[in-house]
Amino acid sequence: MIEQINNNNNNNELKPKVSVRNLCFYYGDHQALKNNNLDIAENKVTAIIGPSGCGKSTHIRCYNRIYEMYKGQSATGEIIIDGQNVLDPSVDLIELRMRVGMIFQRPTPFPMSIFDNVAYGLRLQARWSKSELEGKVEQALKDAALWDEVRDKLHEPGAHLSGGQQQRLCIARAIAVEPEILLMDEPASAIDPVGTSKIEDLIGQLKSRYTIVIVTHNMQQAARVSDFTAFFYNGEVVEFGKTMDIFTRPKNKQTEEYITGRFG
Amino acid sequence: MSTKRPIRVRKAINGVVTVMAGSAALFGLFMLLWILYVVLRKGASAINWSFLTSLPSPPGEAGGGIVNAIIGTLIITAVATVMGVPVGMLAGTYLAEFGREGRFADAVRFVNNILIGAPSIVVGVFVYTLLVIPMGGFSGIAGAVALAIIMLPVVTRTTEDMLKLVPDSLRESALALGASEHKMITQVAFRAAKGGLITGVMLAVARVSGETAPLLFTTLNSPYWSLALDKPMANLTVTIFNYAMSPYSDWQEKAWGASFLITTAVLGLNLTARFLARERRPR
Repeated sequence: MIEQINNNNNNNELKPKVSVRNLCFYYGDHQALKNNNLDIAENKVTAIIGPSGCGKSTHIRCYNRIYEMYKGQSATGEIIIDGQNVLDPSVDLIELRMRVGMIFQRPTPFPMSIFDNVAYGLRLQARWSKSELEGKVEQALKDAALWDEVRDKLHEPGAHLSGGQQQRLCIARAIAVEPEILLMDEPASAIDPVGTSKIEDLIGQLKSRYTIVIVTHNMQQAARVSDFTAFFYNGEVVEFGKTMDIFTRPKNKQTEEYITGRFG
Repeated sequence: MSTKRPIRVRKAINGVVTVMAGSAALFGLFMLLWILYVVLRKGASAINWSFLTSLPSPPGEAGGGIVNAIIGTLIITAVATVMGVPVGMLAGTYLAEFGREGRFADAVRFVNNILIGAPSIVVGVFVYTLLVIPMGGFSGIAGAVALAIIMLPVVTRTTEDMLKLVPDSLRESALALGASEHKMITQVAFRAAKGGLITGVMLAVARVSGETAPLLFTTLNSPYWSLALDKPMANLTVTIFNYAMSPYSDWQEKAWGASFLITTAVLGLNLTARFLARERRPR
């Protein structure tokens, strides 16, 4: 732990957007996360890597408390976003989730048109005039690099798009509500290589405006898109630092073994 | 290890089992088509304009129809649907979305499964003591309540099953955008399950529109115009029961005609439900 904090201090020119302190997570009696400590830098991409079942997804699912949908799942510790511990029960979930958007492993277009998909979160927030809504939907689709592909079929079902397009639709839907943080849970794992590279390009463009945390089991992807990388193993943060350092001179033996493909 | 069965024997067993399963399926299909054929052939000849538009005539007198029973069945089924479907859908939504693995939900699910299997005549007797005796007589509303009770568990179960087919990732996506639980359910989960939910309701309607036993104890029948819900009400199934048991050949023929109507209506509902279910299958 001391090593981690020192590591974090190396990046202390950056303001942390999220500070995770002693985060533990339980599926019933099973402890899935053990005292996670992590600082997520603002407007940077932080990748979380590690073998299957190590708690990567579980970790980011705490940031927007989406796990609370399920009985028997609970988290302890602190996740401080802009000075506020969002694990505190008094934090309003709807407000939190408007600030912390999430992209899932499989694209999840809602059973409605492309336009209505992107407008969904906006409509939850307020009543908009038609032109305002159209402007915001168009901007979100442009930001998600999807506009040119769907501009003529905004009223077709979202499910008619290809997998990669669907995932960019979900990104458009998430950024339409202008969150501060974007959580991405293996966003390209169900997408073909061309779609994947489009999504990776998109991540690079989005980081100037959003703080991005991406879970991936693809190490090349982590190396390509992220500024910082955390290596998880058995529910613990084993090593955390600049992506360049993690991939070129890992301090921890387990990290090195995972990165060089000796296990995982 | 043990001695191997020769491939020839395995193929023979495979052949025998295939033939047995196939002939069982054929037998079932044959019985169904036979029933349909008899009902359609005997019933179709009874159908004509006055059968569909006039009131019953006394036995022996030519002509007459069953328009009061057609309207009565439509009213009773509609009232039952209005009562049974919303409650069933809410209960199914509770089980699929809120209760899930809770103890209370398990208890509800268990009772619901028993209710699905409850013989409809028992429901009829139940409503007889619950409504007919206190109200002092048979009534359309009592029949509608009985049919609603029969629909309720069916609708509850199909609603739960259909909502369970909606992947949780869709729910998570809606919640992650800041949707409240009720918005997530009504705007996303219901919409994703729409085809299945409509199919379930239609099958439940089809199921109760052919019920006779519960109506015998609750609504009975009427040879007259009967639009008041607090009076005995004419309906197709009890009409079939009465006419088919009568010694008059023109009444028996009308029973076939009424059977024809109800069979084609139920068939139509089922086919529509199938069609809607297929509509949604390619995502």
